[in-house]
Formats: sequence, C-alpha cells, structure tokens
Amino acid sequence: MKSSTARTPWFFLTPNLVIFGVFTFLPIAINLYYAFTGGVQLYPKDRPFVGTENLATLLDCGSYLDPASCKKDIFWRAVWNTAQFSLFQVTVMVLFSLITALVLNRKIIGRGFWRGVYFYPVLLSPVVVALIWKWILQREGVLNAVGVAVGVPQTLWLAEPGWAMFWVIFVSIWAHMGFYTLILLAGLQAIPADLYEAAQMDRASPWRTLTRVTLPLLLPNLLVVLVLAAIKAVQTFDEVFVLTGGGPGSATTFVVQFIYQTGFQEQVRLYGLAAAGSLLLAVALIALTLLQLKISRAEEAGERAR
Amino acid sequence: MSPIKFLTRTRNGRSLDWTDWMSYAYLTVGLFLMFGPVLWLVASSFKTEAALTEFPPSLLPYGQKAVAVPGEEKPKPVYRVKLPDGTTKELPEVRRIGLVATHVDPAKPEEFIRVNVNDREPVREFRLATENYTDLAGKLKFGTYLWNSVFITVVATLLTLLFNSMAAFALSKYKFAGRKGVFLLILSTLMVPPAIVLVPNFLVISELGLLNSLWGVIWPAVATPTGVFLLRQYMLTIPDELLEAARMDHASEWKIYWRIVLPLAAPALAVLAIFSVMWRWNDFLWPLIVLSKNEHFTLQLALNAFQGDLVTQWNYLLAMTVITLLPVTIVFAFLQKYITQGIASAGVK
Amino acid sequence: MASLELKQLVKEFGSGASMVRVIHGVDLQVNDGEFVVFVGPSGCGKSTLLRLICGLEDATSGDILLDNERVNDKRAADRGLAMVFQSYALYPHMTVYQNMAFGLENIGTPKAVIEKKVGDAAKLLRLDALLERKPTQLSGGQRQRVAIGRAIVREPKIFLFDEPLSNLDAELRVSMRSEITGLHRRLGATMIYVTHDQVEAMTMADKIVVLRAGKIEQVGSPLELYNRPANKFVAGFIGSPQMNFVPVHAGHGDTIVTAHNASFTKPTQTRPASGTELTLGVRPEHLSLQAADGALALPMTITGVEQLGGHSLLYGTLPGAGGKDGPRITAQVAGQVSTRIGDTATVYASADTCHLFSTADGETVVR
Repeated sequence: MKSSTARTPWFFLTPNLVIFGVFTFLPIAINLYYAFTGGVQLYPKDRPFVGTENLATLLDCGSYLDPASCKKDIFWRAVWNTAQFSLFQVTVMVLFSLITALVLNRKIIGRGFWRGVYFYPVLLSPVVVALIWKWILQREGVLNAVGVAVGVPQTLWLAEPGWAMFWVIFVSIWAHMGFYTLILLAGLQAIPADLYEAAQMDRASPWRTLTRVTLPLLLPNLLVVLVLAAIKAVQTFDEVFVLTGGGPGSATTFVVQFIYQTGFQEQVRLYGLAAAGSLLLAVALIALTLLQLKISRAEEAGERAR
Repeated sequence: MSPIKFLTRTRNGRSLDWTDWMSYAYLTVGLFLMFGPVLWLVASSFKTEAALTEFPPSLLPYGQKAVAVPGEEKPKPVYRVKLPDGTTKELPEVRRIGLVATHVDPAKPEEFIRVNVNDREPVREFRLATENYTDLAGKLKFGTYLWNSVFITVVATLLTLLFNSMAAFALSKYKFAGRKGVFLLILSTLMVPPAIVLVPNFLVISELGLLNSLWGVIWPAVATPTGVFLLRQYMLTIPDELLEAARMDHASEWKIYWRIVLPLAAPALAVLAIFSVMWRWNDFLWPLIVLSKNEHFTLQLALNAFQGDLVTQWNYLLAMTVITLLPVTIVFAFLQKYITQGIASAGVK
Repeated sequence: MASLELKQLVKEFGSGASMVRVIHGVDLQVNDGEFVVFVGPSGCGKSTLLRLICGLEDATSGDILLDNERVNDKRAADRGLAMVFQSYALYPHMTVYQNMAFGLENIGTPKAVIEKKVGDAAKLLRLDALLERKPTQLSGGQRQRVAIGRAIVREPKIFLFDEPLSNLDAELRVSMRSEITGLHRRLGATMIYVTHDQVEAMTMADKIVVLRAGKIEQVGSPLELYNRPANKFVAGFIGSPQMNFVPVHAGHGDTIVTAHNASFTKPTQTRPASGTELTLGVRPEHLSLQAADGALALPMTITGVEQLGGHSLLYGTLPGAGGKDGPRITAQVAGQVSTRIGDTATVYASADTCHLFSTADGETVVR
C-alpha cells in the first residue's frame, strides 16, 4: 500500500471507534471514578473522593446469607434473588432448550414452522412480554379462570413472593428459550449424519445414540449456552421490572434494578453507590466470562489431544 | 394411500412410531404455550372495556348487541326480557331508573315495557371492539410515541448499517498495523453489559446535551460489535481481486466501498438491518434513562408508563401492546429464515 | 502501446526475521507490441512480478520503466495498464456493460464516448448480445471475454494477463488461446501474460520469460527455448513429455560415457576434463527405435506402454549401477509398437539432438 492509503482504514474505522470510545470505554473509566466518590453531584469534579466507602457500604454485612443483617439489605436481597433466579432460570431453560432442539432435529414435517414457534417470543420486547403475562396472571385473568374451573382458588399470582418469583422465572424462560434452542439446534445439525448411520449400523439403541454420540458431541455448544445464559440471567432487568416492579416488597428485585433505582429512581440519587454496585456486578460477569474462556480453551486442548 | 397413512408418514417414508407421536405432542404443547399467550392478548385487545372486566373471561370478543331505536340518537343495548305474560323477547333498553328498566320494541316504538332488571339478561354477539384501536389515534399522544419509535428505529438502523459496514470494510480489506488489536477491541465491547455503564453513560449523554433527545438513544446504539463482526466475516468472502480490479479502474477507496463492497455485502447487510430494527424497536432500559419527558417516549416507554398508572385502561393498553408487537411479528413472518440463519452463524442476538 | 523495462527489481514480503525475498533483482526488456509470457512453476514469483508491474504491489527496490519513465511511485490506476485477473474479477452486481464502463465512468469519460468504446469492444469480442446480462448468467468463456473487454476499453499501454485461462476447461482453453493471440495481432498492443502452462507459453508468446524462485532463468523465443535451453531447468520445463535426463561423464576426447557403459561422440566447445560428471538430456520425441550411425543406444526395460495410434509412448528404465534400476526414460516413437511390459527395447538418440548439462550447476555445456 502507498503511504497515502495507510490512513484509509482509519478513516473507515473512525465513526465506530469514536462511538465505542465515547459511549463504552469512557463510561467504563468514569464508572470506576464514580464508585470511589460520594455525594449526589453528577459531575465528577464536584464529587468528593471517598475511597472504598461505597464498596464498604455495600459489603457491610453481619452475615452475607442474611440480607437483614446487612447495612444495604436491599442490595443483598437483590443479590440473593438474582442468584436464585439465575440458578433456576438457566438450568430449566437450557434443559428445555435441549429437549426442544433434539425434537426439532428429528425428521419432522414443517421444521421451519416449529422452530419459528419457539423462536417468536425472543423477538418480543421485554415490555410486551411482561404485559402479555401480566394480562394472563392478573386477578381476573385467564389463568385464574382456568384455575377456578378446576378448583384452584383465585390467586394474585404476582402478589405472593413465592409465586412472583416462579412466574418471573417462567416468563423469562418463555421469552428466551427459543434463542438457546436455535444455537443448540445449529450444534446438532453440525454433527455429521454418517455418525448416526454408523451408530445405527452398530445397532446402538436410540437412547445410547443420544447419550454416547449426540450429547458428547454437543457438549461444547451446551457449555457455551450455559455460560451465555448465565451471563444474561445475571443482568435480567426489564421484563421483570415491568411485570412485578421488583415486588411484592423486594421479592423479585434484582441487582440491575438495584443499580437503576439507586442511581435514577430515588429522591437522593446515589451515583457512587450505584456505580459500586455495577462494579461488583462486573466482577461476577468477568468471572463468568473467564469461565467461558476456560471451557473453550479446555475444549480446544481436548480436541488437540484427541 | 389412505388419509391416515398420508398424515402419519414421515420424511423418510416410514409410518410414525411412538417417538414421533411424542415429538408432535411435545411440539403441539409448545405451540399452545408459545403462541397461546400472544393470541390471547390479540383476542383480548378486541374486547370492549366492559367485556374485559368479566370473570371468567370469554374466549372470543363478545359485545352487547345494540340496535337503532326510532327517536333515539345512539343505538341502544339489547336485553332478553322476560315479559309479564311469561314469554321472552329481545328488546332494546331506552332508559333505566333504579331497578326498573324501560324497554321498547323498535317495531312499535310508542309502546313502553317496564321490567325489573333481574328479569332480563344482556344479549351478546360476536363483535370486534375496533374502537380500542381507532380511539388510540387521538389519545395519549399515541401518534407521537409511534413516531418516536419509528424515527429511532429507522435512523439508528441506517447509521448502524453505514458505520458498521465501514468498520467491517476496513477490518476485512486492508492490511494495517493494529488491525487485529482494533478488531479485538471492538469485539471486547460485547462483554460490557449496558447495565454496568448506565450511570456514567447518563453523564456522557447529559454533557453532550442529548438528554431527552431521540439522538441520545440513537448515537450510543449505532456502533455494534455484533454488526461489525457479522459484516466483517461476510466481507472476507468477497475476493480481493475485485477490489484490485476496481483500483485499476480508477475507483477511489470510498467508491470501492460504496459501489463494490456494499452492494456485494447486501445479504449480510439485510441480516444486520433486521436485527437492528428489532433491537431498536424493542429497546427499553436505555431509552428509559435518556427520555424522561412524556413527549419523547417511545412506544415501549409509553406502554410501561401506561401500565403503571393507578387505573389501568386495559382496553387501550392491550391494543397498544398489539400495535407494538406487530412490526416485529411481520418482520419475523417474512424474514424468519434470515433471522434464524444469522443467529445460528453469528451466535449473537 | 508501450515498452517496459525492469531494472534490478526486488520484492520482499514481511520484515525482520520473517522477511521473504520473492523477486531477486530481475532485469527485463519488453518491446513495444510484443507478446511476452512469464512462465514457471507455482511459487516462482511470476504473478508477483506482474503485480509489481501493474502497481498492485510496491517494489522493494529497483526500477520499473514504462516508456522510459519511472513509474514505481505511481498508483496502479495511473500507470495506464489493464489487468485481466485469474478469477476475471467481474463485478457480480453489474451488467456486462456496466462492468466495462465502470473504469471509464471513474475518470469522467463522457457518456457517448463510453457507449462507443464499450460497443466497439463488445463487437470485437462478440459480446454485443450479452451487454445486459450479469456475470453469473455467462459461461466461463464469455466471462473471460468480458474481462478482456474491460481491459480493451481502457486502451491501456500494456495488457496484463494473470493466468486467465486456468479456470476454463481444456477445450475452451485451446480456443481462447488463439482468440487472445488473434486479439494481439489485431490490436498490435504490448501484452504480458502469466501462466504455469508451458504449452500456453509455447503457443502464444513472441518471447518467453522462464522464472524460477524469483529469478529469470532464460528469455527467448519459444523455439530458442526449445532448441537451446540455457540450463537443465529450462530444458526440463519446456517441452512435453518432459526431457529425459541421464547421468553421464566425459570420456577421452569428445566421447561421452553413460553409466551402462554406452558411449558416443559429441564435440564440445569447452571440453570438460575427462571423468567430469555431466547430465545428458534428450527429448522423448528425439528417441527412435531405429539404430543409426553414431547414435547413443539406450536399452530400456519397458514398464509401461501407451498406444496413441499416431504415435506411441514407451516408459522404461535404463540399467543402473549394481543391477539396480537406472534413470527413467520416456520415448515417443512414431506409429504403433508391439512392445510389451517387461520387454527390453533399445532406443537411439542421435548426437545432434542430445544436450549436455553440468551436473554441478545445471548450466548447459553444449547443445
């Protein structure tokens, strides 16, 4: 390339890099600064440096297992809610995604249609998803109508803490499982057909074919899907926010909602505390990302050894 | 071939065994679970306000029958009335005082029949309450919300296509020091969840004077790592010889990008365009923070604000929800193949 | 139309430890109106040399002179050359007409002029009926002609061809060969053509440049290369089937002795010392089953026979030292033969068709 054209790629890259710089990398830096400053001022230079005070406030706990013993009990409630939600949402969702993908990978008529059925909710906005289910779960909703018909008393599904968490997990699975089904299905379809034919020639039963051929070969995809789903689950906010508002009480308040409320909804906006909270969330996410990297490294190493 | 055999034959010609039946049963339950709630929403959105409060709800939208009565301005609701002689008759109500309702037979408008309200029940018929939709036009600044959503979606998508394809072009068709570094840097932004930079981004937006401006939603959204990645992978498949031929043809670098690479990357651009439309149309958290004034609300924000009102007008809320999910549904119905392929190949949403 | 001169042209890729030199100081003169073919095995640098000339790669050192003007620092587009790419590089989203017009539009040629030029080129290449088609709707040969047409409309000083026929099937390749040479005659333009196929080089070129490992091995007309190869590499590369090579050594006087102790007399200008190891080269088509005076007898053990009707190919080995198989020999003899596998057949090479190369450096000792 001539020296005059050496600048050309940078010309094409500039708009993207400027936007990433201003709206991603700069905010990351500011966020770090926020986390170590206090007060209610938005402008960094007006904010007094408080060191690790924000982090200390969040981490000040009699026992981490008991949110009531913490200085910021709502934060720890959110942490435990998020953990509980993520655990159930991820495992149940990946399990159903796997079953669905396995069914869709069979020789069925109209595969494209069925795939679309499961995928459709993925495209709906969180607000729409929440409203669809709010309408079904309300006191005079269709679920209660069916319930009454079979003898279940009319229930305020979203007003009882246990049920609220159940439905939040259910709705989240409903909305997102199509995406993971699709990825697993792509993984299944990448398994060469002649392996199945060979298994058939080896007189392997369908069950043994599944456990000894399909699942081992799908394992890399399965692990990626698990970690990806966990990364998303930990950040869950919008659909839950619209569906339950985090309630009843704080029964379905998650970490991102805590950050949003602390930074934007309270009368006194504690940006420093919100930033410290997001810093802790980032630590969790980095841990999950590293886990994913480790898994994919191990996969590569395993493949080389094979 | 008998119809049973035809219906139960599988792709490879065998007839169905029990595992096939299980599969179709599973899929049918899935169909009910996945589509049912949406269909219920759509059906409900055509019910009248009164029908929406009924419990148990009717499956299909029914409304009370109404007929024109001579001498009355509006059509009057029809009831099945038990007459004093023991027979029943469907008659419109003209007025009601306390427990006594006055009915009239449109054929004999001079004759009034007074009955106790307990001796009658409303006559219902299948009726789509389209007024839920038509009323929206004038209500609640609905037009503004719709316009805001459309503006953000269209402008952000166009800019996304432009900026991301420019970056992808540079990363796929030029060899320069730092190429790998820039690519990794852009990909690394995939790891930065929007929730984490919420607070500082608010500062950046307000410093740029973009608070309560639709551009405050648009600008941060138009550089997407997914888009750059998707387009770069596609552009790598465009042969370099084409670019060299164009250079020999006196084409400037911009012209090569605009006239050669962009048209050839059209399939990938289409996939990204579909994604971008979905993303921007469905955006919630970021607009929620940037747009705090009612007149700047997008449909999503308006829905959220509206459902949080003390007295929820479900008939309008449901209709608005249906309108909000309509574009996405239409896009999906026609472009399902591209969407699913795009996701399967890029592994991102 | 123009002349081209390369002076001590060097091209290196990479830098530091990973630096690779692919062109090692090439000197070359291409005259106005000549059809020059660069030929050599893959990786010899012939395509790189072409890309240096056209400006798609920058030379590391040395000069490229176009009509005696140094053009090293000119951009590819400004050198006034046109290139026909191996993949044709037709813009798939443009019609044939748009493909040919694109370059002219870029330099602001008036519409009427473009129409005239594209029309003329299309007529010349019999593309008139295809102007509104897209490249995907064309056959391989048609695409090839569009690629050439795109070059023609630009009226370049020199046409550059980068293995343009390698994507075509054998039959089409033969007809396109004569089409391109016919075009050269009609346009009278300077053309440089890169190929790895020595048949293309022999049939098309005014002048062949044989390259190996970034160096020019020999420059000459096809028959010069065939009759007087400068070294063993050129001798082996030009001609099909490939020339036979037999290790020999110099005997007393002008005699040459083979490993199986056959000998013949071949005068040499620079008489090598007796006992010097040499390589004898003889083309398969110069071997005969008829004995002749003074001819070298090569007794082959036949390992394969191919009867092609008009002529026959005999494959075999010469007796080697210690009863082992010696060098392999291919003989192309006229007519049909009754020889079978396992037979011993003696073929004869007359002294004047034999080439002698130095075994040490491969250079020709005598022809």
